[in-house]
Amino acid sequence: MIVRSAAPRKSVDIGVKVISSLAALLGITILAWILYEVIKRGSASLNWSFFTQLPTPPGIKGGGVANAILGTSMITLLATLAGVPIGLLSGVYLAEFGKRTSLGSMVRFTSNVMMGIPSIIVGLFVYTLLVLPWQQFSGYAGAVSLAIIMLPIVARTTEDMLRLVPNSLRESALALGAPRWKATLGVVFRAAKTGMITGVLLAIARVSGETAPLLFTSLNSPYWPKSLSQPTANLTVTIFNYAMSPYRSWQETAWGASLLIMVAVLALTVVARFIIKEAKK
Amino acid sequence: MNACLNETPEHQGRQQYFRLPDRVNSDNNHGQHISPVAVQPKISTRGLNFFYGNHQALTNNNLDVAPGNVTAIIGPSGCGKSTHIRVYNRIFELYREQKATGEVLLDGVNILSPSVDVIELRRKVGMIFQKPTPFPMSIFENVAYGLRLHYKLTRSELAEHVEIAMKRAALWDEVKDKLHRPGTALSGGQQQRLCIARAIAIEPEVLLMDEPTSAIDPVATAKIEELIESIKSMYTIVIVTHNMQQAARVSDFTAFFYEGNVVEFGPTTQIFTNPSNKQTEDYITGRFG
Repeated sequence: MIVRSAAPRKSVDIGVKVISSLAALLGITILAWILYEVIKRGSASLNWSFFTQLPTPPGIKGGGVANAILGTSMITLLATLAGVPIGLLSGVYLAEFGKRTSLGSMVRFTSNVMMGIPSIIVGLFVYTLLVLPWQQFSGYAGAVSLAIIMLPIVARTTEDMLRLVPNSLRESALALGAPRWKATLGVVFRAAKTGMITGVLLAIARVSGETAPLLFTSLNSPYWPKSLSQPTANLTVTIFNYAMSPYRSWQETAWGASLLIMVAVLALTVVARFIIKEAKK
Repeated sequence: MNACLNETPEHQGRQQYFRLPDRVNSDNNHGQHISPVAVQPKISTRGLNFFYGNHQALTNNNLDVAPGNVTAIIGPSGCGKSTHIRVYNRIFELYREQKATGEVLLDGVNILSPSVDVIELRRKVGMIFQKPTPFPMSIFENVAYGLRLHYKLTRSELAEHVEIAMKRAALWDEVKDKLHRPGTALSGGQQQRLCIARAIAIEPEVLLMDEPTSAIDPVATAKIEELIESIKSMYTIVIVTHNMQQAARVSDFTAFFYEGNVVEFGPTTQIFTNPSNKQTEDYITGRFG
């Protein structure tokens, strides 16, 4: 028997280590670069009037995106109110009742497909469904398209979290004479609570950065959102419009709005992480 | 059958809930037991078959559980011990592929009949599982959970009955100062006693214990065996155990299961000293299992 030399094995080992470290470093560098650029360019335009004033025409000093902040908050809130309960209930169905039924696997498959659908297609879908028939862009339509994007995310994370709850806990609750729905709400939900909250937060974070589905639905507006049945100002479409404009002051505002969204999404993600960490203690 | 069902008022148990139900005179328990059928059995299993999908796990089980006694079910792994008692509270119905046929009579009523209210059945027939399963809530809320499900109680009544249950489960002294702490913060043995407190809080008539000590240490096991001894006059207990010494220590009757059949059933002393079946003898003497 010939003993193979260790030298080539060691050099391959070092090579793989170096290449994978470089790849990881590259990924982090790009992320850090984005953060750096957005903070550098965006922080200049963040001031009191940015949060409190309506946008001004190009060339006029001051102004802000208060209407877009309010509009985005309203649309996201409405989308959450619509998407989360339906998503949670679908998740409950998938994990608790339709585990091995054909309807269950159909819903699960559809959810997986929906998660992969480009958001612009969701936007177009809602456009033909809610905008075209009434010839009216609206905040409601925007909320619906965001809710559609949230739905499969919430459903699947809920299902995954509920599946992590051991069956012995379900059996214990049922063995005490709890009806299935009470056992699910009172015991199983409690056990899966943190995971489910995290899923909801991550879904909100995901949709709060979406532009394409709002472009076809909420559109944008330079005014305060008086009613969601009209075109409604929002941050992402504002960024899209202002960044593409030839005006310097608008471009700066777009950077400021980008920073705002980035910080908000980052905060949501950090909170979600924190909840997971607390739950593991 | 229907007439029989109608004669049993479903909510009788609720009305007399706070009084401990009258149990069989203890004199009966210490008398000579030729067969458990000497008294009216609490549970009578007749021709019970059980299926996991197409696989038959129990075949024609017949077993009488004497009231106010501890009945142990022993046998090698996979012989259907747990499967058998999981029929008594119909907990197996959580899984759609599992099916039971035959009769299980609780006080003469076939609990497998679709007209039986499972919720009330499970109030009467409590269950303790192999692994302690504290709910993700406070120690107090764990025990209050079942009480809230079945009874309308004021806050002070609730607290009172949680305390009674915990005292009966020999847990009160250890947890009375930390009732608001999460149930999962207790040790394994304490968690199991918490589960026992939770089960007996709703005043069941029967307690099913599915290897209740197999996941906890010997000292905690001894405590739970003591506990079984102290509460057995109040409940009819059926305990599945892997541990033959445990069966010998805690039970009045023992059933030996093998490959889904009830091979031998009789008073514990007889099963352990003078088994009439060769397989039982081989198992008890450690020749297999």
